[in-house]
Amino acid sequence: MKMTGSQILLECLKREGVEVVFGYPGGQVLPTFDALYNYEGFKFILPRHEQGAAHAADGYARVTGKVGVCLATSGPGATNLVTGIANAFMDSIPMVAITGQVPTGLIGNDAFQEADITGITRPVTKHNYLVKDVKDLALIVREAFYIASTGRPGPVLIDLPKDVQVAQTEFIWPEEVKIRSYNPRYAGHPGQIKKAAKLIMQAKRPLLYIGGGVITSGASLELMELAQKLSCPVTWTLMGVGGFPSKHKQSLGMLGMHGTAYANHSIMEADLIIALGARFDDRVTGRLDMFAPHAKIIHVDIDPSSISKNVRVDIPIVGDVRQVLGELVREIKRGPEITDWLKHVDGLKKKYPLAYKDRNKVMPQYVIQQIEEATKGDAIICTEVGQHQMWAAQWFNYSHPRTFVSSGGLGTMGFGFPASIGAKLGHPEKIVFNIAGDGSIQMNIQELATCVANKIHVKVAILNNGYLGMVRQWQELFYKRRYSHTPITGPDFVKLAESYGAVGIRVTRKDEVRPAIDKAIKTQNTVFIDFQIEEEENVFPMVPAGEAINNILGGLA
Amino acid sequence: MRHTISVLVENKFGVLARIAGLFSARGYNIASLAVSETLDPEISYMTIVVEAKDEKILEQITKQLNKLIDVITVTDFTKKEHLDRELVLAKINYTPKDKPKLEAIFNKFVGKIIHHQADTAIIEAVGDQRQISELLTELDRFGVNELVRTGKLAISN
Repeated sequence: MKMTGSQILLECLKREGVEVVFGYPGGQVLPTFDALYNYEGFKFILPRHEQGAAHAADGYARVTGKVGVCLATSGPGATNLVTGIANAFMDSIPMVAITGQVPTGLIGNDAFQEADITGITRPVTKHNYLVKDVKDLALIVREAFYIASTGRPGPVLIDLPKDVQVAQTEFIWPEEVKIRSYNPRYAGHPGQIKKAAKLIMQAKRPLLYIGGGVITSGASLELMELAQKLSCPVTWTLMGVGGFPSKHKQSLGMLGMHGTAYANHSIMEADLIIALGARFDDRVTGRLDMFAPHAKIIHVDIDPSSISKNVRVDIPIVGDVRQVLGELVREIKRGPEITDWLKHVDGLKKKYPLAYKDRNKVMPQYVIQQIEEATKGDAIICTEVGQHQMWAAQWFNYSHPRTFVSSGGLGTMGFGFPASIGAKLGHPEKIVFNIAGDGSIQMNIQELATCVANKIHVKVAILNNGYLGMVRQWQELFYKRRYSHTPITGPDFVKLAESYGAVGIRVTRKDEVRPAIDKAIKTQNTVFIDFQIEEEENVFPMVPAGEAINNILGGLA
Repeated sequence: MRHTISVLVENKFGVLARIAGLFSARGYNIASLAVSETLDPEISYMTIVVEAKDEKILEQITKQLNKLIDVITVTDFTKKEHLDRELVLAKINYTPKDKPKLEAIFNKFVGKIIHHQADTAIIEAVGDQRQISELLTELDRFGVNELVRTGKLAISN
């Protein structure tokens, strides 16, 4: 049967199992939006800004593990997606972004609303396509989903000129996708795995350091098996939050710049670091030449270019974390003898507990703790970027993967709110909180309309301190308290929420915190809670940028 | 250190930009680049010469090249047996009385006059990097008005 490019696109999306598309219309995607009229193959959500579409698709992908899909018009629609695409790229999130383009005959002519979006997104996509012939479209869509979701996942963009959307061709669904130059390796090298097992059995001070790869590959069970076999401490990156239960006795919490002091001290003293799907980011290692001086390193990662990029690795294993762990656990005949090490780490935990001092106003850490209590820890927590993000990572005990949604690599303010929309659509049965700052929430606040219009009931906890808090904290500590353009005003968040048809609650006292959270959870609507918190509270512990990771400021109450 | 890298790629639009982007994003200049189809017209072969200020960064670029979807294989010839050649075309000042001098040069290097008009000649020459650089020094005596080079081609042996 002959179909138009737009019909083929929708049919392919449906066959790829797409449940929801976040998209915004415009001149050069009119044919596709015409095909979407009364279309029932999947849900369609209209955000209020294309950036919201990209982040929502990203949030959906993070909580479901499926490919998130967003759609925008050419030119400004496409460029508005770019931050969201870059965000997904940095955090290895599977996403397919589709953009309209001016007709092929006009490309390169500075036509109205033209942008070279494949050129612009080349460094921030895993791959991208400009479709020049409708006959190629079905295979391209198929390849895009395959590339986005396999190997180290990432965003793929398809640029679809208007004439290609209109052109007709026979629809042929490509049953198989094979790309000769793209063959991700999942199984680890058996010899390397044997070597790793041997090293592990001899270790005296081993430590598991886990990243987003554990979550991407769904390796939590295998990780638990390995952790139990070794009975060694486990620490994680921001992307690894949820990969291992925080309340487990072997857990050290997050490490790095705002990690727990005991995690950072432990990794510095370890004699073996088993790195799983983590990439030794500068926020984790601190000063590189002083990082973990006594440790041998085993590094499991699906991306060969992540291995030995920042630190020298003794045993590199290229492969899928889950598969490699399955093999590795089998190779380890007995756990290492590490009683002294465990005693030592326990001592560090007692000596440097994660703590904060109660002050006059509402404490942000307390708000996070209360959200955990009120939800019994069973919620999806999204965040924006800044102090609140670090508090959300530190003070909520996550017990499952895909329950913490945060912009790790790119650090995108304005990510959390649209991402929470995607998260809620991915898991409608879950309570979804977006923990925000008063700065970040204003970056994509227009999505309130999307929530209300589509009855997507997310709960937004704004930790309102009247500052761009993280930058203010750096100014306080490293720029002699010169608060250059970090005091920030905002709207009356309660009235704002109400004006959109959502619910607003203001909290100024500690005793109002819990009732407000309980009310927000019970309310069948989107809720903004404006927590007016201690203005100059800092995120501690903190390792100043460029310092050794055990050179820690604060952390003791 | 100079590195010679060969890349086998899918012969598609945009591939060159993807590859060049990995170098330019790190502030690396490509010293020479030669691209053409292979026996299989769907596959192109690139020879890239690049000055690596930092070997680790170059290793990273090589790994990133391998990650590009359209890249089939990447070979860094620096530590591998290989042969390389470059073709140059040079427009030099030349009158028939210079003939013996030029012939003496062509005894040492692979080259010939491919065009002669009034008091200029265009010569073509082929050689490895050392030969080309020696040849250019010798040609300087005539006065070189214009010079074009293909960039290095490398093949494993």
